[in-house]
Amino acid sequence: MKFTLSWLKDHLETEATLDQITYALTDLGLEVEEVVNPVAKLAPFTLARVKSAVQHPDADKLRVCVVETDEGDKQIVCGAPNAREGITVVLCKPGDYVPGIDVTLGVGKIRGVESHGMMASERELELSDEHNGIIELDSGHVGQRFIDWLAEHRPEVVDPMIHIKITPNRPDALGVRGVARDLAARGLGRLKPLEIEPVPGGFACPITVKIDPALREKGCPLFAGRLIRGVVNGPSPDWLQQRLRAIGLRPISALVDMTNFFTYDLNRPLHVFDAAKVTGGLRIRSASEGDSLLALDGKTYALSEGQMIISDDHGPESLAGVMGGEASGCTEATTDVFVESAYWDPITIAATGRALKINSDARYRFERGVDPAFTLPGLELATQMVLELCGGEASEVVLDGAVPDTARAYRLNPARVISLVGMEIPEAEQRATLEALGFVLEGDMATPPSWRPDVLGEADLVEEVARIASLTKLQGRPMARETSGVPGPILTPMQVREKAARRVIAALGYNECVSYSFIDGGAAALFGGGHEATRLENPISSEMTHMRPDLLPGLLQAVARNQARGFADLALFEVGPAFHGGEPGEQHLQAAGILVGAAAPRDTFASRRPVDIYDAKADAEAVLAAIGAPAKVQINRKTAAWWHPGRSGMMALGPKAICAFGEVHPRVLRDMGVKGPAVAFTLYLENAPFPKVKTPTRAALGLSDLQAVERDFAFVVDADVEALTLVNAAAGADKVLIESVRIFDQFGGEKAEAQMGAGKKSLALTVRLQPRDKTLTEAEIEAVSAKVIDKVSKATGGSLRA
Amino acid sequence: MADLDALKGKYLAGIADAADEASLEEIRLAALGKKGEISLKMRELGQMSVEERQTTGAALNRLKDEIDGALRARKAGLADAALDARLRSEWLDVTLPARPRRQGSIHPVSQVMDEVTAIFADMGFAVAEGPQIESDWYNFDALNIAPEHPARQEHDTFFMARDPGDSRPPHVLRTHTSPVQIRAMQAQGAPIRVIAPGRVYRMDMDQTHAPMFHQVEGMAIGRDISMANLKWVLEEFCRSYFEVKNIELRFRASHFPFTEPSAEVDIRCSWAGGQLKIGEGDDWMEILGSGMMHPKVLAAGGIDPEQYQGFAFGMGIDRLAMLKYGIPDLRAFFESDLRWLRHYGFAAGDVPTVFGGLSR
Repeated sequence: MKFTLSWLKDHLETEATLDQITYALTDLGLEVEEVVNPVAKLAPFTLARVKSAVQHPDADKLRVCVVETDEGDKQIVCGAPNAREGITVVLCKPGDYVPGIDVTLGVGKIRGVESHGMMASERELELSDEHNGIIELDSGHVGQRFIDWLAEHRPEVVDPMIHIKITPNRPDALGVRGVARDLAARGLGRLKPLEIEPVPGGFACPITVKIDPALREKGCPLFAGRLIRGVVNGPSPDWLQQRLRAIGLRPISALVDMTNFFTYDLNRPLHVFDAAKVTGGLRIRSASEGDSLLALDGKTYALSEGQMIISDDHGPESLAGVMGGEASGCTEATTDVFVESAYWDPITIAATGRALKINSDARYRFERGVDPAFTLPGLELATQMVLELCGGEASEVVLDGAVPDTARAYRLNPARVISLVGMEIPEAEQRATLEALGFVLEGDMATPPSWRPDVLGEADLVEEVARIASLTKLQGRPMARETSGVPGPILTPMQVREKAARRVIAALGYNECVSYSFIDGGAAALFGGGHEATRLENPISSEMTHMRPDLLPGLLQAVARNQARGFADLALFEVGPAFHGGEPGEQHLQAAGILVGAAAPRDTFASRRPVDIYDAKADAEAVLAAIGAPAKVQINRKTAAWWHPGRSGMMALGPKAICAFGEVHPRVLRDMGVKGPAVAFTLYLENAPFPKVKTPTRAALGLSDLQAVERDFAFVVDADVEALTLVNAAAGADKVLIESVRIFDQFGGEKAEAQMGAGKKSLALTVRLQPRDKTLTEAEIEAVSAKVIDKVSKATGGSLRA
Repeated sequence: MADLDALKGKYLAGIADAADEASLEEIRLAALGKKGEISLKMRELGQMSVEERQTTGAALNRLKDEIDGALRARKAGLADAALDARLRSEWLDVTLPARPRRQGSIHPVSQVMDEVTAIFADMGFAVAEGPQIESDWYNFDALNIAPEHPARQEHDTFFMARDPGDSRPPHVLRTHTSPVQIRAMQAQGAPIRVIAPGRVYRMDMDQTHAPMFHQVEGMAIGRDISMANLKWVLEEFCRSYFEVKNIELRFRASHFPFTEPSAEVDIRCSWAGGQLKIGEGDDWMEILGSGMMHPKVLAAGGIDPEQYQGFAFGMGIDRLAMLKYGIPDLRAFFESDLRWLRHYGFAAGDVPTVFGGLSR
């Protein structure tokens, strides 16, 4: 919403300065976005008179002038053809900034002659594009400030333009008068009365108006208009053109400019029809399939059922409340004009505007809500202006429908206002504020004015009182904790777990990423997603069409981007939601890490080796330990399709998947443009159970003074026998004595097969025996060893290596 | 006795001259071994008279101890010399790089969430969460944003696809963290104090916008919680978060459908020399939106607006991170450029706390 200071003063009698006004606007909730004040940039310049002008000794086109200024006579070299003795000019002195040429002047020497400033053209001062010569004034005295001269003779040039942002709840502030009312309520002046003199009609209006019954209730409660015949539609007067230009509108003709003026001045959008081009009466109806209209923006719109139009016997002539039609629009040739003033239902206008993608000033206002009670007064004022600008004779008003009843009242509870805002605003001030804004108070009930459709309850009264009182004055007031003493923890166990996982993974050397929750459908499909349920109806790009089913695709894309930048060794992770469905809550928390390239850079210790699944597994186990997951989990091979079938595993507790780890499937890497191999883990943080008993007390530490004994065994087993089978079998040999079993060697491959036979490998394990009450005898140790060999052999079909 | 002095002289000289442990052992055997000279002399003591035995025995014992001591000292000296010689050859280049260890990092969004959580936890706020795919009721209606309200259009909402056979309005990606207000009220009732940090989504992508970003919602409901309390809470938050002694906030009337009165909050700052300084200067920068909770919102959360009142606010976590840590571009937050992650990231051990400080 834009307006100028002088325009505001049409409605507001005020002594306030521009700064006071803009401060108040922002504070009131009418946030000032921009102030264009020509005064600021023109402030230094003063008037001067050319006493003499003689030819420059060394340049044909230059003159050396002696100029009378407020600081005495100065010599100025000037190239303007009109620089001559006796004229009054605008002087820019050394040190002044000249906006049109973006230069701060100094004392110059032009072809050997000193010049103490310059005489400006209109373009140099950004007043217009005129640059044929320097400014010549026909009045004014030497030393007078140019801005004072302008204020007197060309006030529109120094009229500051104010641009404010209007929140959706304030349609009333989309008119200059509404802005003035807010300022008056704040105490920055007096709202001038708006005189409305009805214009009597000289004849019956030949154009009838009729609202279809279906639209009377909702759509178009009131439609009014009148004919003005014998008008001359020339250019509008200067004052009107200047106002429109100042707010960025192009003057077109008196009739069109008048409608734009009412839109911005009083938030009363109007429409004018060239009556000669209207056939029969006007009907407000819903469009039918097949209707179309060439609108004033030059585009033809195909209309559909439910969109409101104004039609005549020919068909659609105007998109009601949104945009007029080209065919019945006013031109310079218009002699009879029909002026329309209607009240349109905001929701219907919004729906039509959105469907047709038309953003007009009219739509913007009607969909936020104009003052329904001002429909007829607005028409009278518009009639007056048409008669003033274009002459002619007005008919009687024709109308259909009636002003909708918006009367409602809410209780003003001054004590609650004070309690909510936390400011001592006296009751009398509260009441005065509301009355200044147009509310009618009867007892403690406040009836909002017809121009405030946003006021819909007691809380809105509080807001009005608070913002007029000024929230800037609000002083902070301490808010005590609800309980005294040392506060308890505020995070849930899952929140603690999420934070712990994040910190531990970072501590393991991974860089945390935050990637988009949506990915392309193809990548989503590779990871079990990409279904209709997780598709976005209106994605912002083809790379963000589906909710991610897993964190790995986002991390792989990050890997690919970093590989393209020349980073080969990467450790990236993310903790965040993945989406297994499209309903609220169909998301689960994952922590995923990915490793590609080498485990270490090249170094002097030969540490460099490719990452493998045991790196990922080690890191996953470290995280599981840190989040308090049970130490013993099962490991199966039931991993999803995006994992390498032979090189991936799933840590699980019964049916619950805790963590998948392994190599990412080479085909997935290929499809995602990642140079592999890549190993990864995905932790399902919510699946790991929390400890059942929650006590900080640890179990008693059972220390034995007796020395533990270790025995090593090597077994020959089939190559596909898993180490965990051996470990579990060995541990089961004596659950009391055996403290731990650990694999310490694996011998497989061609050499092993050459020794032990095809399809065989050897696994070596160490069993640690911890005696409890007496030192073990050799015989006892032998007995346990025999049981270990027996159990492992039975479980694996293998044998002790000879 | 003279021959004892001779013996002593002979052996001590031998010990002093011994070049290695083997020679020392030879000397030890020759002197003190079973058949060593001194051992043999000790055996002879039995044949002596009592007086003779006393003087000679004592002298022999002194000699034995003396030789034994000299042997040990020489042995230790030889070991030290051998160690010194070995150490002289044991030289490593201490300027060689150490064994490589990967350096991980925490993303600024996570770090700032932890900072925000630490501060509000100290003021008694818990952390609430909610789904990111939301029903339009939670995202809009419950927050007093009617279907045709222009504010609903301004949210640039992402909609989920809807099966043609499903007549429900399409779900949305939450456009703000405010729906968590409703869920928290429904779950916990009043009084309540929570913050809700998390991802939000808007259909917007340009220099300063990303289609996903992070917000933190705050909400406090009680019998007499006022906008003045809101201002204090935000002042305390800003002072703590930006780690400056003096901050100044300005409340400016505004409009949000879910609060009434509503205020945008500006913070005093300076941009002198292109460097943002919070708490000084003459500029004001908008940092968040806030207000007193609309009675309809309280009612949607199952709380009686006649009995309870409270405030709510929402601010951008990414923006907070950018302001505090001087990070220029929002979109880079989500691009996972390793150079960016390393440069703007935080060490795993840098857990922000109120007692230990938020940043190093």
